[in-house]
Amino acid sequence: MIDDSQYIQDEPLKIGNLTLNSRLIVGTGKYKDFEETEKALELSGTEMVTVALRRVDFDADDHLLNHIDPKKYTILPNTAGCYNAEDAVRVCRLGREISNLNLVKLEVLGDPDTLLPNPVETLKALKILVNDGFTVMTYTSDDPVIAKQLEEEGSTAVMPAGAPIGSGQGILNPNNIRIILERAQTPIIVDAGVGTASDVSRAFELGCDAVLLNTGIAGAKDPLRMAVAMKHAAIAGRQAYLAGRIQRKLYANASSPPLDF
Amino acid sequence: MNITLNGKSREFSDSITVAAMLAELQLHPQQVAVEVNREIVKRDQFEIHQVNDGDEIEILRFVGGGGKEDNNDR
Repeated sequence: MIDDSQYIQDEPLKIGNLTLNSRLIVGTGKYKDFEETEKALELSGTEMVTVALRRVDFDADDHLLNHIDPKKYTILPNTAGCYNAEDAVRVCRLGREISNLNLVKLEVLGDPDTLLPNPVETLKALKILVNDGFTVMTYTSDDPVIAKQLEEEGSTAVMPAGAPIGSGQGILNPNNIRIILERAQTPIIVDAGVGTASDVSRAFELGCDAVLLNTGIAGAKDPLRMAVAMKHAAIAGRQAYLAGRIQRKLYANASSPPLDF
Repeated sequence: MNITLNGKSREFSDSITVAAMLAELQLHPQQVAVEVNREIVKRDQFEIHQVNDGDEIEILRFVGGGGKEDNNDR
């Protein structure tokens, strides 16, 4: 039997001075309990997990950090729930106190109904954070102009949404993602909208550097099985991209020689 | 003395440090971030920083979340 591992060698994903062997970044929300969270993260193969920052619940007897080994996972604090630059910067600075890293995921939303990013406030926060020495991974829409501008303002990775948050619709505008990819110097990470394994594969086939997902795993009927599916989907999509797909053609092209007898 | 802790009024003994307050609340200093009157108290200042009557204190920690859809009441 041939050992296939030599045929799927890949370079690690570099984000700032971090290197990650898994190209999935996984959220930690919406799981049934911490045990399920812990198992799903492990099964997904991820090496980076994103977390939100909230007030301590003094009545709780257990909490997330008891279940995430910082030696195993890079912890990526996010600014979920922030609607302006000021709040987002505050959350990043507080998160840094716990994670002991300058790494953050910036997301500044426009309003709670659409959950679309607010590009003006996002850019404002990004400038402050970059100035403050943060390595910023920035959530944005799939607008190629804004994506480029985030990069120019010092975002270490740009994270366009595939589809509206929590919609599970996959990558709705692959053309925009392709334009973003063609012009990017930084890693491009699809964040939001992933519904199932093929959405993850699709992102990698387009050439994305990584995918961030949470609900796609946590919201599945069997989250642990889906975590494994997502891991394989990431490998499959990434390897297909590296292997180089065939051109789409209008007509058939026989794979056997013509009959010659 | 009375302080506002995570939005709620709470009594603590006088002349207490942030570290002592965390100990009383049974919180691990490595797992929380502390803000006193909107200013971050760095971890290496926990033992030194005195809490004063009327202070507004936020003690925060990481919770599960992928981003976006998360909100405060989840």
